[in-house]
Amino acid sequence: MNFLPHTETERREMLSTLGVSQLEALFADIPEHVRFPDLTLPSPLSQMELEAHLSKLAGRNANASSHECFLGAGAYHHYVPATVDYVIRRGEFFTAYTPYQPEASQGMLQAMFEYQSMICQLTGMDLANASHYDGATALAEAVRMALDLASGNRQKVVLSPAINPHYRETVRTYLCGSEASLVGEDTAPGKLDSLLSQLDDLVAALVIQNPNFLGQFENISGLAEKVHQAGALLIVVADPIALGLFQSPDSYGADVVIADGQPLGIPLSFGGPSLGIFATRMAYVRHMPGRVVGETVDQAGRRGYVLTLAAREQHIRRARATSNICTNSGLMALAAATYLATVGESGLRKVAELCFHKSHYAAQQLAGKAGLNINTHAPDQPFFKEFYVQLPRPVDEVNRILREEYGIIGGFDLGACYPGFERQMLIAVTEMNTKAAIDRLVDALVTVTR
Amino acid sequence: MPEIDNRNSEKTVYELSAVGRGTNLMPECDVPKTELPGVLLRKDTETIGLPGLSELDVVRHFVHLSQRNFSIDGGFYPLGSCTMKYNPKISETCARFEGFAQSHPLQPDETVQGNLKLMYDLQEWLKEIGGFAAVSLQPTAGAQGELTALLMMRAFFRNCGETGRTQILIPDSAHGTNPASTTMAGFESLEIPSDKHGNLDLAALNAACDDTVAGLMLTNPNTLGLFERDIETIVRCVHDCGGLVYGDGANMNALAGVVRPGDLGIDVMHYNLHKTFGTPHGGGGPGSGPLGAGDKLAAYLPGPMVRRIDNAEKPDPGYMLFTPEKTIGRMNSYFGSFGVFVRAYAYILQHGAEGLKQNALHAVLNANYLREKLRGIYPLSHDRTCMHEFVLQGKIDGSSVRAVDISKRLLDYGFHPPTIYFPLIVPEALMIEPTETESKQTLDAFADAMKAIALEAVDHSETLHSAPHTTPVGRLDEVRAARQLKLREDDRKVKDNLNKA
Repeated sequence: MNFLPHTETERREMLSTLGVSQLEALFADIPEHVRFPDLTLPSPLSQMELEAHLSKLAGRNANASSHECFLGAGAYHHYVPATVDYVIRRGEFFTAYTPYQPEASQGMLQAMFEYQSMICQLTGMDLANASHYDGATALAEAVRMALDLASGNRQKVVLSPAINPHYRETVRTYLCGSEASLVGEDTAPGKLDSLLSQLDDLVAALVIQNPNFLGQFENISGLAEKVHQAGALLIVVADPIALGLFQSPDSYGADVVIADGQPLGIPLSFGGPSLGIFATRMAYVRHMPGRVVGETVDQAGRRGYVLTLAAREQHIRRARATSNICTNSGLMALAAATYLATVGESGLRKVAELCFHKSHYAAQQLAGKAGLNINTHAPDQPFFKEFYVQLPRPVDEVNRILREEYGIIGGFDLGACYPGFERQMLIAVTEMNTKAAIDRLVDALVTVTR
Repeated sequence: MPEIDNRNSEKTVYELSAVGRGTNLMPECDVPKTELPGVLLRKDTETIGLPGLSELDVVRHFVHLSQRNFSIDGGFYPLGSCTMKYNPKISETCARFEGFAQSHPLQPDETVQGNLKLMYDLQEWLKEIGGFAAVSLQPTAGAQGELTALLMMRAFFRNCGETGRTQILIPDSAHGTNPASTTMAGFESLEIPSDKHGNLDLAALNAACDDTVAGLMLTNPNTLGLFERDIETIVRCVHDCGGLVYGDGANMNALAGVVRPGDLGIDVMHYNLHKTFGTPHGGGGPGSGPLGAGDKLAAYLPGPMVRRIDNAEKPDPGYMLFTPEKTIGRMNSYFGSFGVFVRAYAYILQHGAEGLKQNALHAVLNANYLREKLRGIYPLSHDRTCMHEFVLQGKIDGSSVRAVDISKRLLDYGFHPPTIYFPLIVPEALMIEPTETESKQTLDAFADAMKAIALEAVDHSETLHSAPHTTPVGRLDEVRAARQLKLREDDRKVKDNLNKA
């Protein structure tokens, strides 16, 4: 009787109010031959046993606390200020639901309004919605919005191959029920010219990631003009930490900016829950998917916040809604809002600078080491916090030794997703990696690959 | 245009800000610096416009906001079809164990055996509870589960060469996500009416079932809180025309341990871990909407999923990720809402089979008890034994009050209102789901409040029309919000504010 409050007396009283003698009598509508099956589930544990059991299970995972982590590729080990968990762990927030009753939900609504405001400042966009599940689904919805804006006249979307492969897969799944086609993924990563050559009057959007999945900044000069000349939208997948230091996608002409918000105060948590950031221009507000919070006043003229533009959404528009999204990632948006409010402008810049300097230090230390081939010093390919290095041995082999002998979680095996990138390891360095840890990684890689 | 009155409101993060104020969280750079690529940077003079707050400012601000938010931890929250039951605190502790919270989703399988075992067990338990051949934990919310299942159905029919199946049948009592997901999956939706008993109209269903039908989406118990008594006939009817039946598991809290949807012939169904299995709703997510599928569709489930490595020589040979043979692909970046899986796993393991069944029995007891207490005070949509929720009409003879007035007045009595104006087929609907974790005292107090409001509706209707009176703000002008869009703090105001300070 874990969380059931009724005493036997109360239960009897309640049943007699209903004129039945046992609980099972309330289920007569259910076909008898399948009613009350014997389920084979483990015997229940007490809270004390449960905590011990889960602690033991958790203990079977290597993780970024037990090991030094240089793995990124879309999910990053960043510092989470103590304020973030303090705020999102308040029951007033995490045990509420979608703020359907605004008078009783001003806290969450105002926090979402502030989240939207901070995302707009960061991306340079006019408006942001109140969240998607993660970066991949935010991108899928952005692509759908671009197709929707073209009203069926444009059915192609150009995807850069240097977008996170999992995002591209998600977009493909989302579109598998539509007429739309995805092109561009077979071009060489980091070569925007070959992407631009795919533009024609059937293209609804061109999507790039910047910095891209390989960590590099794309050469975006003149990009938006060409995309817009072709009548398509430019969708940019951004890194929210990089936006603290580097140009906003607004400054180079993006129409939609999406990002995975996990770096903004959300733990790795084996990839979820995360946060999908979606920001765009005012012109597209009525086509935008997702919840959005607006400011208004009450009857006495007092400031307040409500969910607005509901006429786009599934509970009003049903089959003609801009998206089916209902439950989103509210608590994670609150985490991001708390993160940004805590670190502020100079704090975010500092995190970005630390990522930049430390990853470059790591790359410089690895450069020129026998057996390792690093390409990151080409001046036309600046990078942010990730770079790749060619190893003389398979990446998974190297990673096993790094882990077992050095306590290091090594980088991502690019060969798993990119033909021609066999034995290339994508290494992520963040503010969490000290100089000593980076030096240890360098020594280990040199030793392992000797 | 009257001035906006801010005196009572919590200032925004920007109104609280001052340039240069902040908290130093980061260490000094301990490596030699590399020259930054000037051309790619924001301009020196450019202010991003993020807040400047001390740590205490941040803490106070968000604590103040939390105080302006209704929650399950704060009070009774009978929001229909949302299953706002108690969220066990032990789950929060466990989800934060470093092995879970700090593991990276791209680590090799052998380094995350704890996570994979947890996911495998959860898949197996959900299979058992729902009566399905396989479960994928991928979908991140109920609506994503719906879309996933519809895309699987589409792929299934394409493989069978039956591309003429373009229609999805949806009852008129369904959630809006059902038709919205249908459109996203490239199908057309056809609405099927309910009969006078609140069940799906069998004659209308029969008439609609032909070789253009890909499937039916059915919420059971439906959004009236009623079990579809003819469920087996409904399923047979759809199957006979070659279609598939999708179960919307939003209301599974009435059925876990009571009946397995797979045993009723449902082909595919999403579970809402954030409803049935007690994981927090997070103020609007994150949720989790795993998908169970029978034999026909199991191979189409999204991956990665987890399987046990069979090896007779080892008692615990381990777990690995795999992707089903005909998978439609992935639905998000990694595995879904892993942090939510930990909480649902903890919940199921704390309850066991009998505990889950008792939850369902008591959820249904509480709903019927409350329904009985309110009978005769508000009109019932359908007068028959309900499952975990029921629908009243917010109408009182001799009064002009509406469902919205009653719901706003409930806030003054300290209760969160029910779901209102849904399902759409009941005028002035108040959809009430008390859940099993509420005590008789709470249910009685809520019934008393509803009775008091019914009396006020006749004698003091103005009190209801102008409610709520005790919340930080009164009834908000939603028309103004939609017409004079203000979806963010004004950029100029943000920067002026920061510079002035």
